[in-house]
Amino acid sequence: MVLICLAACGTRNAQVGTAVPGAQAAIQNKGSDTMVNLALAWAEAYGQIHPEVEIAVTGGGTGTGIAALINGTVDMANASRPIKAEEAAEAEANGIEPVEHVVAADAIAVVVHPSNPVDGLTIPELAAIFSGKISNWQEVGGEDRPIVLLSRESNSGTHVFFLEQVVRQGRKDDKTLFSPDTLLMPSSEGISAEVRHNPNAIGYDGLGYVTSDQKVVAVALAADRPYVLPAIDTVKNGTYPIARDLYIYTVGQPQGAILAYLDWIMGPVGQAIVKQLGFVPLQGAE
Amino acid sequence: MLKLKPPGRELIVEILIRLAGFSAIFLVALIFLFLLKEGAPAFWQVPLGNLFGQRWYPNEELFGTWPLILGSLLVTVGAVILALPLGLATAIFVRELAPDWLREILKPLIEVLAGIPSVVLGFLGMVAIAPLVRTYLGVPTGLTAFTGSLMLAYMALPTIISVAEDAIDAVPKEYRDGALAMGATHWQTIWRVVLPAARTGVIMAVMLGIGRAIGETMAVMMVTGNAARVPHELTALFMPARTMTATIAAEMGEVAQGSTHYHVLFAVGILLFIVTFIINAVASFIVIKGGPRRGGRLMG
Repeated sequence: MVLICLAACGTRNAQVGTAVPGAQAAIQNKGSDTMVNLALAWAEAYGQIHPEVEIAVTGGGTGTGIAALINGTVDMANASRPIKAEEAAEAEANGIEPVEHVVAADAIAVVVHPSNPVDGLTIPELAAIFSGKISNWQEVGGEDRPIVLLSRESNSGTHVFFLEQVVRQGRKDDKTLFSPDTLLMPSSEGISAEVRHNPNAIGYDGLGYVTSDQKVVAVALAADRPYVLPAIDTVKNGTYPIARDLYIYTVGQPQGAILAYLDWIMGPVGQAIVKQLGFVPLQGAE
Repeated sequence: MLKLKPPGRELIVEILIRLAGFSAIFLVALIFLFLLKEGAPAFWQVPLGNLFGQRWYPNEELFGTWPLILGSLLVTVGAVILALPLGLATAIFVRELAPDWLREILKPLIEVLAGIPSVVLGFLGMVAIAPLVRTYLGVPTGLTAFTGSLMLAYMALPTIISVAEDAIDAVPKEYRDGALAMGATHWQTIWRVVLPAARTGVIMAVMLGIGRAIGETMAVMMVTGNAARVPHELTALFMPARTMTATIAAEMGEVAQGSTHYHVLFAVGILLFIVTFIINAVASFIVIKGGPRRGGRLMG
């Protein structure tokens, strides 16, 4: 179980939802769209064994969830990226102390239309494609077609992670942006619909959202390194280069019903659900 | 004045009606004040060069609203170009040419058209229209400003048709009789007499259609691709675009209250308000300048 305490572990007690186990409790859970299906599956399975705990799950994006946590309207925020320093500062200004919990891991799959002959791309190639320096599939060994870039909206944790790890190749001082021609889709479904239909398209999304009618591209750190497809074992052994942790943030140290729920999520049943939905369970949870 | 008993009753009703009338103005003023209060800080927190820059990327404090303004205008102009001839022709057909029984069927059908929720249209556009646009126009992606214009044209049509139809209906019968008596054909009467006489109402129809189009959010957000690029070429209509409304809708849920990004989104709202205001002002100016001619029943 990974439990990281961001700030000095506070003494904020009487929060919404931190009721005594056994009594009626309601947990408000909001955030990452990548995690929304996972969060729903957890809430549903947990509701069957603990009917007294009512868990309301909504999506909207990591930024939305953390904003709600800062504004004090939710108990748990799902996040597909760590909280930003500014967000943590805003939360503290509001008297809320966000505490981070790693609950699963995820691979970001790069997807193209099934008819696209490109099988593998390197991180530098992906960076050039998504920043607009490469605009034709021919330049990376494909057909003579324009490249249509698809991304989630900029409030998505997946968007920020992809920008930092792929477009900027992990360099902190790199100020490269997504190409202005990048289509910002309001949902994962928007991306998969366009990738299914459009042979020019390239997009990225959490592995759990990739359907069989999209083609997943193998990714290599550089041209002389092995091309790896995203999967549970390639994320666990660290060979797939675009993987990240998924987080839940709580208001202060979790207590009562929220603590029990988090423990269950990180236990064997919660982690089995993680695996079922195509995400990567925590190390040693199986 | 007619005297009623008891005499106080009329006074009370008069005051109530006056209050109701003023409340509408009061509410609009409140909305504008709220917009101003939340949006104005953006104008001093963000340098103007950035605020009217070419790049919209709030994560990196790039708040260039230029691509959003042009995106909204592009999609709206496209929608009007598509909807105007179609709407006007439909109005003329329904009012001047269609037999009574057909008119009775068409009118409710047009009203049903107005009742389709925009999110349904957006989904239809994303799944069905966008692939068609890509296949038949040979553009890299079907999620373009043009696809948005198609959806908006469809949504503005009922407004344009009903208002234009009312305007045509308000043209006195004597005008038509006079034209026909002079030996004009049916078509000449419509084109040279009825339409010019209904001019102000038709312009009003177009302006209301534009108002409907520029403020629409959901359908546009789903089909235009939302790429905040500055349209600087003739083919920009067939490229993705990002509108002001879609930007506010997509990003407002995310921002922390009181942050710069939050204020900038309200500033975008102010810009949208100003653009709409200019369009309405131009419309009123044209209508007033059009003089006290007939065909202005809906103005009265």
